[in-house]
Amino acid sequence: MMIINIVGFLFIGLIVWWFWLYKPAETEATKENRIKVVVNNGIYQPARIKVKAGTPALIEFVREDTSPCGAMVLFPDFEISEELSLKQSKLIELPAMVAGEYPFHCQMQMYKGLLIVE
Amino acid sequence: MKTNKQDTTELVIEGASCASCVGKIETALKNINGVNRAEMNLALQTVSVDGSVATDVLIKAIEAVGYKAKSTNDASDDELLDEKEIADQKYYSGLMNKVWIALGLGIPMMLYGMLGGPMTVETNLERVVWLFIGVLCAGIMYFSGKHFYVGAWKSLVNHNANMDTLIALGTGTAWLYSMIVVLFPMALPEMARHVYFEATAMIIGLINLGLALEVKAKGRTSEAIKRLIGLQEKTARVVRDNKEIDIAIEQVLLNDIVRIRPGGKIPVDGIVMQGHSTIDESMLTGEPMPVEKVTGDKVVAGTLNKSGSILFKATHIGKDTALAQIINMVKRAQNSKPPIGRLADVIAAYFVPTIMIISIASALIWLNWGPDPTVAFAVISATTVLIIACPCALGLATPMSVMVGIGKAAEAGVLIRNGEALQTASKITSMILDKTGTITEGAPKVTDVVIADDSYTENQILTTLASLEKGSEHPLAQAIVDSAVERKLELGEVSDFQAITGMGVQANIDDKHLLFGNKKLMLTNEVALNDYVSQAQDLADEAKTPMYFAINKKLVAIVAVADPIKQDSIAAIKRLQMSGIQVVMITGDNSATANAVAKKVGISQVYSEVLPEDKSRKVAELQAQGEIVGMTGDGINDAPALALANVGFAIGTGTDVAIESADITLMRGSLHGLADAIAISKATLSNIKQNLFGAFIYNAAGVPLAAGVLYPFFGILLNPVIAGAAMAFSSLTVVSNANRLRLFKAKDH
Repeated sequence: MMIINIVGFLFIGLIVWWFWLYKPAETEATKENRIKVVVNNGIYQPARIKVKAGTPALIEFVREDTSPCGAMVLFPDFEISEELSLKQSKLIELPAMVAGEYPFHCQMQMYKGLLIVE
Repeated sequence: MKTNKQDTTELVIEGASCASCVGKIETALKNINGVNRAEMNLALQTVSVDGSVATDVLIKAIEAVGYKAKSTNDASDDELLDEKEIADQKYYSGLMNKVWIALGLGIPMMLYGMLGGPMTVETNLERVVWLFIGVLCAGIMYFSGKHFYVGAWKSLVNHNANMDTLIALGTGTAWLYSMIVVLFPMALPEMARHVYFEATAMIIGLINLGLALEVKAKGRTSEAIKRLIGLQEKTARVVRDNKEIDIAIEQVLLNDIVRIRPGGKIPVDGIVMQGHSTIDESMLTGEPMPVEKVTGDKVVAGTLNKSGSILFKATHIGKDTALAQIINMVKRAQNSKPPIGRLADVIAAYFVPTIMIISIASALIWLNWGPDPTVAFAVISATTVLIIACPCALGLATPMSVMVGIGKAAEAGVLIRNGEALQTASKITSMILDKTGTITEGAPKVTDVVIADDSYTENQILTTLASLEKGSEHPLAQAIVDSAVERKLELGEVSDFQAITGMGVQANIDDKHLLFGNKKLMLTNEVALNDYVSQAQDLADEAKTPMYFAINKKLVAIVAVADPIKQDSIAAIKRLQMSGIQVVMITGDNSATANAVAKKVGISQVYSEVLPEDKSRKVAELQAQGEIVGMTGDGINDAPALALANVGFAIGTGTDVAIESADITLMRGSLHGLADAIAISKATLSNIKQNLFGAFIYNAAGVPLAAGVLYPFFGILLNPVIAGAAMAFSSLTVVSNANRLRLFKAKDH
């Protein structure tokens, strides 16, 4: 029983680390401050994207995911919400931003991404 | 923060594979007159073009050098909507197929169990039968639930967790445990040899069913935007080379002359060049009366031409038309979140991993302290906790209601900028109304002509006065001239015109000496006023400005000019007061006129003789008293006060409104829009509260129940299938409740 308890606690620790503490690497934008994000299988790929501060950024979303949950992407900090059509690319123009972290997500926050401005 | 609009066109290129293609395409584009910059990104196969050139011209230039191109954003809203509907329908049918397959296996198995059939593995025959069912169940998991498992895995490797994670873990645990029971029964105590294949199949079926119904219900929440998009005309009849041709709306250029026939819909914004007609603008402004349009008047895309045929010049096309901007704003606002939803957002962000932790903790508690068979209890509670928790209900609670509420407001001609404005509007305690143009029409008019000398008719008096005043720039003089023009009276010429400061004017016409002005002017010129003084006073008490008119030193008439109160201001102000809002009037006018207007419309608190720059100070004063202040003005002079107020309402007449200037824009002049906006905000907020309350309570009660908190007291442990059904329908309940808002009607007025 002891072993099962230890394994259980290890799992809890693993969940905390995997979902909350671990910070996966970011994908950087091109020198034109542009980046492509594919929406598929319930996630944004890449989900952590880095763009330059002080210049407008272009994010191209391509939705491959048929679930209606993937049909909308929101950047709440910039009051931007855009509909993504299936199998089509949609360019979202973000204004010149100050450095910081700005989340983007679907309406229900099940698809989540982070825009890192540096 | 808003994005800046740029004249940048993005095109997707097909067939470009090398650096030389880039040069060819860029040169072809740069050679077009009006293109300032053309940059191709080979990796993304896109080209970005700056300049004021139509997209089809750019595409043709690219095709001419041997490549294919299309615009990234070229689909119209209408097409996007159709596409979305087709995609949603396809998704719905796909889900329903999955539902039937999963429930086809799940329901018979569940009935078998409910009717007393043993769900345990004791004999070898049972092992074989359950093994067969287990494999069948795996097939169902693949066919009907593959999207959950793939989604869960993809999110997991991306350090993310969502609804898929919970469903995949829940159903996966139930199936895996059952397979262990079937394959290695001896590894488990006898009482724990129970299979849960029916739970796996039922949960997958029910959750897919919930998703399918949700897709249907969600479609209805965007009805308002569909209606707005539906207003966009698809073709336009333009005059080019002296010929009238029908072209697609996207091909209409700025300054094109567009022909509209009776019954036609205005395709783009413009200014009437020829003809006159009445136009129904109700679809945008909520104003039921058609508006008369003559040369020089603005016409707006999406409105309906009722009677005449007109020619107008296109002034705004494509994404720049008022309709396109309204659609854009409503769309953006529908997806913005009021602050009330933020807590749910924070919870949603940590929700799934927390549920996973609770599930493990619950299993450990059962294993350590639960009754026999502990393993079976642990598996049931862990599975049920995973399945019953519904992050979607939390996530959907706010956006669904906001979507319906803001759409509903748009239908009533009220544009709400974002969720925050919506929420604050529902809490307003004080409403400041600007007098001129908000409570009143904003343009002085002749309201009364009291004839003192019967030898003159009203028209004769107005003709003479308008002839006298036509050279004057005084706003009251303008009202008299307007009134004569309205009556189609022909004006004459006056001589010896003289303005007497502080008193009025005098002139001669056809040997008659005219005096027009205040009492002082009459007394100075020894005109007998008799008891007409008291009549003039009565008019002044009604917030009108009375002026005496004498011909050859004999009083002929008293003409009163006033800025008339809008027809429905009194009723609308009463509605605001009835809903518990303190209504305050603010004006730069003198206190006599201000008080008279206030008295008429039933406002007791008046700030008069306030300079425009001091209006915001009054807003701040009220805020300092703890009031949540709404400020209503025309959006131009009142900009600082509108900005400072908790909610700024810009009131516009017709569709000529500065959409970006206020938190809430009223598309028609009526103050009923104000009361409607507040009523809709209140209804939406209470809907959000119901949804959030429901979602919180559901999860707060459901998760402990699933973990088995009731078991020690009542011996109750939730069945995973019930949890699956509850989960599937919890988010559907939220969407349906939001849909209820569609039935909301602002009070009759």
